[in-house]
Amino acid sequence: MSEPILNTLDLSRHFGALRAVDAVTLEFAPGRVHAIIGPNGAGKTTLINLLSGDLKPSSGSIRFKGQDITGAPPYVVSRLGVGRSYQKTNIFPAFTCFENCWLGAQSRERTSMRFLRPARRYRSVRERTERALALCGLTERAHVVSSAISHGEQRQLEIGMMLATEPELLLLDEPLAGMGAEEAARVIGLLRELAADHTLILIEHDMDAVFAVADRLTVMVNGRVLETGDPQDIRASPAVQEAYLGSGEGGG
Amino acid sequence: MTGPWPLRLTLLAAVGGLAVFPWVGDPFYVELVIHLMILGIFAMSLDLLMGYTGLVSFGHAAFFGISGYLLALMTPESGGLSIWLALPVCLAGTAVAALVVGWFSVRTSGIYFIMITLAFAQMAFFFFVEHQDFGGTDGLFVADKPFVGFGGWQLLDLRDEHSFYFFTLGLLVVTYLLLAMILRAPFGQVIRGIRANEARTRALGYPTQRYKLISFVIAGTFAGLAGFLEAAHTEYVSPSHLGWHESGLVLMYVILGGMGTLYGPVLGAFVMGLLHDQFQDLTEHFNLVMGFFVIAVVLFLPDGVAGLVARLGRARGGGPADPPR
Ligand SMILES: Nc1ncnc2c1ncn2[C@@H]1O[C@H](COP(=O)(O)OP(=O)(O)OP(=O)(O)O)[C@@H](O)[C@H]1O
Ligand SMILES: [Mg+2]
Repeated sequence: MSEPILNTLDLSRHFGALRAVDAVTLEFAPGRVHAIIGPNGAGKTTLINLLSGDLKPSSGSIRFKGQDITGAPPYVVSRLGVGRSYQKTNIFPAFTCFENCWLGAQSRERTSMRFLRPARRYRSVRERTERALALCGLTERAHVVSSAISHGEQRQLEIGMMLATEPELLLLDEPLAGMGAEEAARVIGLLRELAADHTLILIEHDMDAVFAVADRLTVMVNGRVLETGDPQDIRASPAVQEAYLGSGEGGG
Repeated sequence: MTGPWPLRLTLLAAVGGLAVFPWVGDPFYVELVIHLMILGIFAMSLDLLMGYTGLVSFGHAAFFGISGYLLALMTPESGGLSIWLALPVCLAGTAVAALVVGWFSVRTSGIYFIMITLAFAQMAFFFFVEHQDFGGTDGLFVADKPFVGFGGWQLLDLRDEHSFYFFTLGLLVVTYLLLAMILRAPFGQVIRGIRANEARTRALGYPTQRYKLISFVIAGTFAGLAGFLEAAHTEYVSPSHLGWHESGLVLMYVILGGMGTLYGPVLGAFVMGLLHDQFQDLTEHFNLVMGFFVIAVVLFLPDGVAGLVARLGRARGGGPADPPR
């Protein structure tokens, strides 16, 4: 197996007495789609927040491409090539879709401490913005204020903003949540397309989607990793059946 | 994106109106309009912080006052201080002060930011009140107006009221254009992102504190420009220039004028300044009248006077607009 692009070692995050993420040791192989599933409150979002730098770990470490990024602030992690989307839509509501993606695209310039030339004249930024809008399917809605588009479209925008930063590793926190069937199918297609030349860490409650795109699966329960393996092994695992899949409710 | 045409034309007309005013207006009002234009520069500088970066400073007058004190202290009794020395020193001094205050302040947000900026301004206030070398509560006189010249030649005589008027009008326009340029540039995009959603801006790859600090320094420096003009115009500076009362007033200009537009706060400064001038003589209860006025504007014009202008023009999107130029 090749060197992992990202790995965690005994990674924990406590909220008071609650161990939201508890001694998680995981490896993510480059170029693969690694899904993380688990019931509500399992600690999936908290884990993503630790990986992206949005939260500081209580203990343990994170390495990205051989570099220790434990406790690094989100802007450093982002600039290293880790992009993320949020479970709870986290956009700039007063900005148009174009402006939302623009800010992501502009962050790939060497610096934004530039005061003279109008931003819109930066051709490379414009191209990245337009590419991101096209990928997430919002080209037509580019100049609509993002608080005025549908919830499903806002979910697409969430992905578009992440793609505008041209990340190598994508952390996707329930990208399909709140989408209609048609939008979801579109996004699943997009994830497959992205999987060709990106590494994806995907949190998703929609099991059909997970089994459609994931190469590898980790099941989390109560902050801990219950099991990691290939999708068919996980599907067959009795422990997982009992703890999660077979519970009849399937989360979400 | 370009500003809407009707608005651009209105602004151009306003500048044109200001340019002919000294020839048609009452000399007393020339003096007043100079003061209002200075307040306009001051208010625009705060708008960069409040309307575009989302930082509500309650100590912005500190930079206004510090700049005035620097001018008063460096102007010799004999006069004739070159503006090419005076202005850069005042601006650089204010920028350094803003860097120090900003360094601590941008680590906080919301009410804490308001309190810490107020605390710094009060420190500056009491520093000048308590130091007799700096005039104490009486303040300091500026011995003479700066000399605008080039190798012995005088380009502009600031002692002449009309010259000072056009000098100030020029700087009002330059300030507007510079701030509009900064806001269109990549830096401006980032600070708007910070105002709208700082956490997401950080997650997209921007060290947001650094951007907030630079914004704070730029705003402080333009406040310093206003303070320089005020001290040069009135030939006087006192602790009240940097007191919380002054900070509160400029905050009101921005809020009442309409933050996030640049021209709105200038409008706010003019409207409030004129009301101040009109009602001050009529009533001793000026502050009461002002209080009612503020409540009325907040209730009926949530986007300030500029919001009313825009509403009469066309419906706007929610975000702070690119200022037209
Ligand atoms: N900032 C916080 N402060 C306190 N407790 C928190 C915080 N964030 C998360 N938690 C708690 O940590 C646990 C894990 O939450 P997390 O959001 O990571 O779960 P999740 O697996 O993403 O769940 P879901 O499927 O509902 O999104 C929950 O019990 C949650 O209440
Ligand atoms: Mg979650």
